[in-house]
Amino acid sequence: MTIYFIQAFVYLLAAVIAVPLAKKFGLGSVLGYLIAGVVIGPVTGIVGQEAVTIQHFAEFGVVMMLFLVGLELQPQMLWQMRNRLIGLGGLQVIVTALLISTIAYFFEQPLSVALAIGLVLSLSSTAIVLQTFSEKGLTKTEGGKNAFSVLLMQDIAVIPMLAFIPILAMPELIALAENGKQAVESHEQLSLVAGLPTWAVALAILASISGLIVLGHYLSRPLFHYVAQSGLREIFVATALLIVIGIAALMSLVGLSPALGTFLAGVVLANSEFRHELESNIEPFKGLLLGLFFITVGAGIDFEILSSQLSLVIILTLTVIIVKASVLWALAVTFKINNSDRWLFALSLAQAGEFGFVLLSFTVQNHVIPNNVAQILQLVVALSMFLTPALFIFFEKVIMPRYQTPLSSKAFDIIDEQGKVIIAGGGRFGQVVNRLLVANGIKTVVMDLDASQVENLRTIKIKTFFGDATRPELLHTAGIEDAKSLVIAIDDRESTKALVHYVKHTYPHVNVITRAFDRGHNYELKNAGADTIVNETYHSALEVGANAMTSLGYHPFLVEQKKHAFIKTEQQASQRLYEQWKLRSEGEQYDHDYRKLFMQIEEAIKDAMQSDRIDKHSLDERGWTPPPKGYENDFD
Amino acid sequence: MKKNKILLLFAHPSKHRSEVNAPMFDYAQTLEYVTAVDLYAQYPTYQINIDKEQQRLNSHDVVIFQFPFYWYSTPSILKEWQDLVLEYGYAYGHEGNALNGKLFICAISAGGKEEAYRTKGYNHFSVRELLQPLEQTADITGMLYLPPFALFSSRSALSDGSLAQHIQRWKLLLENLHHDKIDANSVSSLITINELLDLSSSGESQI
Repeated sequence: MTIYFIQAFVYLLAAVIAVPLAKKFGLGSVLGYLIAGVVIGPVTGIVGQEAVTIQHFAEFGVVMMLFLVGLELQPQMLWQMRNRLIGLGGLQVIVTALLISTIAYFFEQPLSVALAIGLVLSLSSTAIVLQTFSEKGLTKTEGGKNAFSVLLMQDIAVIPMLAFIPILAMPELIALAENGKQAVESHEQLSLVAGLPTWAVALAILASISGLIVLGHYLSRPLFHYVAQSGLREIFVATALLIVIGIAALMSLVGLSPALGTFLAGVVLANSEFRHELESNIEPFKGLLLGLFFITVGAGIDFEILSSQLSLVIILTLTVIIVKASVLWALAVTFKINNSDRWLFALSLAQAGEFGFVLLSFTVQNHVIPNNVAQILQLVVALSMFLTPALFIFFEKVIMPRYQTPLSSKAFDIIDEQGKVIIAGGGRFGQVVNRLLVANGIKTVVMDLDASQVENLRTIKIKTFFGDATRPELLHTAGIEDAKSLVIAIDDRESTKALVHYVKHTYPHVNVITRAFDRGHNYELKNAGADTIVNETYHSALEVGANAMTSLGYHPFLVEQKKHAFIKTEQQASQRLYEQWKLRSEGEQYDHDYRKLFMQIEEAIKDAMQSDRIDKHSLDERGWTPPPKGYENDFD
Repeated sequence: MKKNKILLLFAHPSKHRSEVNAPMFDYAQTLEYVTAVDLYAQYPTYQINIDKEQQRLNSHDVVIFQFPFYWYSTPSILKEWQDLVLEYGYAYGHEGNALNGKLFICAISAGGKEEAYRTKGYNHFSVRELLQPLEQTADITGMLYLPPFALFSSRSALSDGSLAQHIQRWKLLLENLHHDKIDANSVSSLITINELLDLSSSGESQI
């Protein structure tokens, strides 16, 4: 037990020191983790062999990341991407694999080994690239979106690759293994489909995928409702983990990539009202596991082989990067990805990826690639990943400035785009707000804490998400960063106040519009920094009062004017009342002065109302007053 | 040389559809010597703040009403503005001389062709004649009335290119008003002030 604590401590400490440092120097968190790994691994030797085991575990971070990616992608969006996915992504994998295989064959590798190497190196690093994109705000660029399609296609391509690689097995290596000299760790894979005929395997795969989609669609909702009713946060976290891990297990059992399975599950749940809740629960696990994964990549660099074969490894790595970048560049030209986006596309995907590691150990297990070649390739993959942040820095510092003009005009377009509104609380109040906005084609995200309320809203086609809007991470997944306004319509005084305070403090650019319960609450919210505060009953009460006046025979237009005079007089007094209230809340002069002031304001309102009764022109009572009687003589 | 400050009161009930007035207004907003007020934006419920409007009038030398010509008159908020802001005792009547000596001009866009706004055309009257209530309002409040700045056939101005020319004239007009280069007496016989601007843009010199 003690040894685990010490190991965990070492890994965490390395991350805590290295990552903020790397970020500070503009290197990005990925490079920070990698460096941390190198320091605790090959440099100081604090961690050793267990890094490989941890890496298998940390690969689960990639699985979680794809689940989150899936959650962001609605099925319709996926369908819209189909051309880029198959065309761009498919061509990238095939062309790169063939080119690299040819080069390997040229270097006197047997055909089967050359092919396997081509496949291994054709993949890029989803983990590094997506993480860096979101850190540097490149996700929404043309280059970023295209790179994402390619990464997604690569993840899908892993499945046929896993099926194809065993066919390439070399008889000599198998014989070697049978002699018991197999040095590579090779644990027996647990599998449901092992030994089944091909058609049965295909059937099992089909059944699990359709089962996943159907269950995800129909069973997830009752499950979440059941859990939400308990009101226990940690159980929700457990449920989220249960889903991801369960799917990963199922996919592994039928021999599919767990990453692909969770990605599909994510897509299925993308329309669910529990999406933001799921995202915010999985997010921290994903971040930590991915970080761990990068550390193990750094720690896994074998300095002994590296130093003995240094020039070979460097040449191979550069070759891989150049070949991959060239293929990507050519594809970018063909698919009309232009300017800085073309550079981004070509540079960002030029490395080999974490699936490369997975495939490498798989090829060794299946006796396709000899161990000594695999070890060098492992270094090539790691080094190319290590160099990726450098390529991103090159892109930012050298390429971006050259395309400054087209980029800045693009930024302008984004500003021009209509902003999004987040509505916290989908009750009676929030609903009306949402209906007005949605009817005008404005994008809204409605969140409510009550699962049955969310369900009700969904049945009448109001898109609502389950979640507590006062929780920072949920606000984050709802997209508060790029929201224009936040409407707070939740039924709790204190939470409303806390939420206003948090949002104005953390995201000052977001316009906060909030509902107040009464005058005191109004002032508290003003103090907390809300931009607009509307007392919840004020306007409807005035409307009722106006109706009562009309029923007494007052002319409706006069009543309307009186109503506005009332509002105006009260607004003028409001600042003074607010200051009084502040004194009061600071503990001085309790109630008395405030009450006195309130009475004065009531008097002022009454005066404003009465003044028109006097049959003379009054400068206090404005609006549609005729000139005084006898004024016509002024002009004589 | 006197430098005039300009108060531009803009009234367009659907600015998002405006092709002529919106760009004119947007340009005026960029000038430091123009206070550009979008009345419909400021008073969406017509609750005009009389004190604020009167203070604004007090601190400017030129008042422009900018609006699309609707039923031979202003959009309703501009009429409401007149009804409320031009009070007895402020703008007219006993001691009502706050506006004395200010310049007043309307900048309008009209859908009909210029030929329609003639005695023999289907509108029978010129825009100058149709705007007479405002001319008289200016007169009784002691302001100096300038003939309107007008764009005709406004619905096709964007496509036929006349809008670009109109905006050029608008820039010239604002600049000349600012530098106090327009003499109300010498232009009093014009139907629109456009004629004067066309002359000056070719001649360059003082108007």
